Amino acid sequence: MVQILTRPESLTTTPFHYCPGCTHGIAHRLIAEVIDELGLGEKTIGVASVGCSVLAYDYFNLDMQQAAHGRAPAVATGIKRSLPDRIVFTYQGDGDLASIGMGEIVHAAGRGENITVIFINNSIYGMTGGQMAPTTLMGQKTTTTPQGRKRENGFPLKVSEMLATLDGAAYIARVSLTDPGQVVKAKKAIKHAFTVQKRELGFSMVEILSTCPTNWGMSPVIALNYVKDVMTRYYPLGEFKKPEGV
Amino acid sequence: METVLMKGNEALAEAAIRAGLKVYFGYPITPQNEVGEYLAKNLPQAGGIFLQAESEVAAINMVYGAAGAGVRTMTSSSGPGISLMQEGISYIAGAELPAVIVNMMRGGPGLGGIQPSQSDYFQATKGGGHGDYRLIVLAPSSVQELYDHTMLAFDLADYYRNPVMILGDGLLGQMMESVTLKPYVPAYPIPEKNWATRGRKGRTPNIINSLYLDPEKLYLHNQKLFTKYREIEEKEVRVEIINESAEFFFVAYGSSARISLKVIEFLKEKGINAGLIRPITLWPFPSATIREKVLKSQGFMVIEMSMGQMVEDVERAVMGQKPVYFYGTAGGIVPSPQKILAKTLEIFEGREK
Ligand SMILES: Cc1ncc(C[n+]2csc(CCOP(=O)(O)OP(=O)(O)O)c2C)c(N)n1
Ligand code: SF4
Repeated sequence: MVQILTRPESLTTTPFHYCPGCTHGIAHRLIAEVIDELGLGEKTIGVASVGCSVLAYDYFNLDMQQAAHGRAPAVATGIKRSLPDRIVFTYQGDGDLASIGMGEIVHAAGRGENITVIFINNSIYGMTGGQMAPTTLMGQKTTTTPQGRKRENGFPLKVSEMLATLDGAAYIARVSLTDPGQVVKAKKAIKHAFTVQKRELGFSMVEILSTCPTNWGMSPVIALNYVKDVMTRYYPLGEFKKPEGV
Repeated sequence: METVLMKGNEALAEAAIRAGLKVYFGYPITPQNEVGEYLAKNLPQAGGIFLQAESEVAAINMVYGAAGAGVRTMTSSSGPGISLMQEGISYIAGAELPAVIVNMMRGGPGLGGIQPSQSDYFQATKGGGHGDYRLIVLAPSSVQELYDHTMLAFDLADYYRNPVMILGDGLLGQMMESVTLKPYVPAYPIPEKNWATRGRKGRTPNIINSLYLDPEKLYLHNQKLFTKYREIEEKEVRVEIINESAEFFFVAYGSSARISLKVIEFLKEKGINAGLIRPITLWPFPSATIREKVLKSQGFMVIEMSMGQMVEDVERAVMGQKPVYFYGTAGGIVPSPQKILAKTLEIFEGREK
């Protein structure tokens, strides 16, 4: 029998705890596949953040550190500066990265810290039960914007566009996981990001537009369509910054 | 062995380099800036890395990452910055990571001032961050001790896998004194860091974590931490006693201890046999040493550059069996030996009446 698809070595056999239709799981798998394909499993250290992916260290078959809310880029900096020949990545939600951890992410990018950031943007706080995130769309209903996000709640932040303006940022891309074609593109972007780090070109980040069917109050399929039809209008997909030859 | 004239902050930094500091992360704040400046200049030459973080919050989390990666790491700050670091300190303690944190205290609360103080005692010894945890807290009282304690701090941190705080103050950090640059000799066997996250080559993954969602598991983790803290309390109390046979004891640490020594000299001239109990570890606190002196002593006088913090631990040790007096200053004012003497004489005269 020819096996054409197996579990990536960089994933453990622990079943994900994510809700049905949540794309955190797909993102995990893509990272693991990329790390395997680049042969980096033995030298990679991942940093789990606070949010629904707080248990990421249970799922990646890699050395992992768990970081305080928002501080993953600082923790990753500490690891990378200590062990410059290792591969270090963070896995962060939008609350983690764009709210409490905005300072840490901007400065890690500004320093050109040679780490890779996987940024899961589901435009809401998943783990704490669906409160407004900095990435929540205008008009979007959350438990703390029950009437929909309005002007007084501020405007959604476009993190990739912002970070792409920094000289230290080498590779910045936004992808989604709404259909197999997008998944393939997302994997390519993740591979670029890790390759940029491997080649010591500087800070790399892939923003993944992700679903939160549970807190959006949508079925999995409708949630995917929401990403495709609504989210990508405000958060356009694409590569915002890319070094030559990657 | 070279003996040189050096600023306290610089002696501390030099000792850290010699003890094998690999990565330093910090953010400028007076009165400890010379620590970072010295390391920026000298650590790279010694094969280490200096990085100025964007904030104390980031600095302590960088320390967390580096400690998890298994290298010797340190940060330094003063009151307002240490307050920002409390989040990370709690995580470092929770994940049982070895790290050295220096607090050169200045007056507070809030932005306070930049003059020396000892008003972060509660924060250092009773927690500061969230959760049940302890730091080992060393209190040097000279430039030489800043040097010696820094080396010791790295060893204690590695041996117990626990953060160690060096609690100095602006006076010690800024003063120049002669210091003998002793070579680094580990005070403990340095355990292999086979728990560190350095890539899983040849083994199953290592995880650095302080999350225990199952209450039973968190309870067991708390128990484990407290078993370790009990061991530290049994083995690591450090204290200096000057004039064992005294009838009246000053209790003071750091700069206050040095000032107390002068008062003791004055009192001797007046025929009063006073001595000094100087806690070198503020946690674990030398309660037993103080208790031993209760029967032989007529009383205790606690001197602090604060409105009264350590005095509570002294009172706890004395348990009401003898009077515990307190003389404190605040605002960055260093207590003068003459004023302490006057207050002490009042006590003695009052008692004689
Ligand atoms: C300092 C601190 N503040 C608040 C929290 C509570 N908290 C846990 S997860 C979370 C939001 C996470 O949202 P996001 O990063 O978007 O990830 P998601 O759960 O959506 O995947 C918050 C606020 C915390 N753990 N620590
Ligand atoms: S709450 Fe939302 S983000 Fe969290 S696992 Fe469920 S669907 Fe995913």
